Amino acid sequence: MQLVSQILFVIILVFGVGFFTKNIQKLIKYIKLGKSVDRKDQPNERFANMARVALGQSKMVKRPIAGFLHILVYVGFIIINIEVLEIVIDGIFGTHRIFSFLGGTYDVLIASFEVLALLVLVGVIVFWIRRNVIKLKRFWANEMKGWPKNDANYILYFEMILMALFLLMNAADYQLQMLGADHYASEAGIMGAFPISQFLVPLIDGLSVSTLIIVERAAWWLHIVGILFFLNYLYYSKHLHILLAFPNTYFAKLKPKGEVDNLEAVTNEVKLMMDPNADPFAAPEASEGEDDVPAKFGASDVQDLNWVQLLNSYTCTECGRCTSECPANQTGKKLSPRKIMMDTRDRLEEVGKNIEKNKEFKDDGKQLLGDYITNEELWACTTCNACTEACPIGIDPLSIILDMRRYLVMEQSAAPNELNIAMGNIENNGAPWPYNQMDRLNWANEN
Amino acid sequence: MAEAIKVPTMAEYMAEGKKPEVLFWVGCAGSFDDRAKKITKAFVKLLSKAGVEFAVLGTEESCTGDPAKRSGNEFLFQMQAVTNIEVLNGYEIEKIVTACPHCFNTIKNEYPELGGNYQVMHHTQFLKSLLEEGRLKVEGGKFKGKRITFHDPCYLGRANNEYEAPRDLLRKLEVELVEMRKCKSNGLCCGAGGGQMFKEPEKGNKDVNILRTEQAIETKPEVIAAGCPFCNTMMTDGVKGKDKEGQIEVMDVAEMIADADDL
Repeated sequence: MQLVSQILFVIILVFGVGFFTKNIQKLIKYIKLGKSVDRKDQPNERFANMARVALGQSKMVKRPIAGFLHILVYVGFIIINIEVLEIVIDGIFGTHRIFSFLGGTYDVLIASFEVLALLVLVGVIVFWIRRNVIKLKRFWANEMKGWPKNDANYILYFEMILMALFLLMNAADYQLQMLGADHYASEAGIMGAFPISQFLVPLIDGLSVSTLIIVERAAWWLHIVGILFFLNYLYYSKHLHILLAFPNTYFAKLKPKGEVDNLEAVTNEVKLMMDPNADPFAAPEASEGEDDVPAKFGASDVQDLNWVQLLNSYTCTECGRCTSECPANQTGKKLSPRKIMMDTRDRLEEVGKNIEKNKEFKDDGKQLLGDYITNEELWACTTCNACTEACPIGIDPLSIILDMRRYLVMEQSAAPNELNIAMGNIENNGAPWPYNQMDRLNWANEN
Repeated sequence: MAEAIKVPTMAEYMAEGKKPEVLFWVGCAGSFDDRAKKITKAFVKLLSKAGVEFAVLGTEESCTGDPAKRSGNEFLFQMQAVTNIEVLNGYEIEKIVTACPHCFNTIKNEYPELGGNYQVMHHTQFLKSLLEEGRLKVEGGKFKGKRITFHDPCYLGRANNEYEAPRDLLRKLEVELVEMRKCKSNGLCCGAGGGQMFKEPEKGNKDVNILRTEQAIETKPEVIAAGCPFCNTMMTDGVKGKDKEGQIEVMDVAEMIADADDL
């Protein structure tokens, strides 16, 4: 019997981890559909940024309540993983509390896991209340209907159940140890300390040893299988941020927020235009450079974005801090930076599946621009960087907005008319207004 | 008003075989917009009072290309940038000061890659350095004790992490500096960036400048201080929209310093 359950455990473990690995490989493949961009410079600063923002949660605490609760859940999640390691080893070898040889240290560990489990439980319940009872505005925006809303709640239910199972497992285990049950009790005395689950013991007080074993085993199995299920749920969920926050902050933009990249393809053409020695009638002599010129300027679909922007879209956990800080969104415009990220991810999944099915991308008559993100959203942006500042894990929705504006203007000449007029003025007289460049210094002589 | 101050151009300096200490990049708003021209003049007065040898490009100056770039027209931006860089490099410019955060950001961050490398300062940073060098004295004057709130321009603040230079200057004016609930890195945009200055806003339930002005009014200021000609326009319109133009003035930090000194 013991051997059967060990084999079963190994099968479930291999399957769970294997499926997860497969999905991560798919994720990397999809992200690599993006254009290249160099984010390997300044490794020290990148590490520092990751340590500060992802590991250190420095931006989360900008909103103190959510930040504090998030740190509880985050620290709990990381620390309790040590216990998961023990559970996995016990599962494979059929042992009971393999780390208990640590003695006093083990008691401290188990006690702290229990306290953290309780804190996580409290944190997650408060999160649920903020979402579903207090109904914070950012969780009820238009883009949060349907799956995104359910996804958020499923994650919270999952964490509640996992923590409850963990504590119930410990309570039953503690009781079994006290009753001196075979395989559970040790001559060395009680293994572990149970400051929280001891309060659950009265609930199972009258149960026989065999019933208690069923309770303990059921909680143990549901807990570890639940964790493996949750691991595999990540890929389909906004919850991927628990993994991707780290690479995302590492590869985030380090330059000043105000600096927008200069399109190299445009630079090449501009240089050619400005070169007094260039022969306007020459056949495109720079034909060896022809391949470098992209098929189009700007982005109309996910393949036109760079891989960091695509990584951003998978990393977004839809917290909505960007949207709640966005001046356009706050004044009732359609633009929501969070929706830009969600749309990018949805479209990327669609394109990725398309490629998997057809070996290469087969035109599906859809694209990110228009079918997901409308011109109206794009033109409402003031490029103020409130969204990039608000994001706790370094996502840059603004860069996507600008790349799509580039496509609208340079490929489609589809700017709003007033902007076309302003740009025409810049071109003709060097100012966005229709004033003569020769009048630029007139102010000096006016009183 | 005092008599017109002499505003030398780079061409004039060049003709004399001399180089100024700093180029004052006036910008389109500062050159053509009636409200912004007052900021330009105030800043020029401060420069001459501090004995700074400065010059402008005058008719050789052209839009930096910022509104075009942020509207998606990278071609037009780079054409403007390359043309401007040619002029600036022709005069061997090393240091530039500007009263427009958009020009400041573009020349400082986006020109270097295209061949334009200069030390670029926002006018509040430059005025602060004049103060520290003892070349300019700033005293309270008429603003002493007045309630002032400062609206952070996105392209000075979040975009380039400069929050303190304008505030340091205001403190020198001995004002009662009150912060809006959204300030510094959390500051709300005035609504003009990204080309919005030149177009009607998208449909919504409010204009951004009205929301920002409401936040400013909450602090019960006598003056809303600004550091950007576009913010200035937006906040001025906002104050008018709220029927507060009798009680609240919108002023650039440079104007306040010049005003305090009765320049």
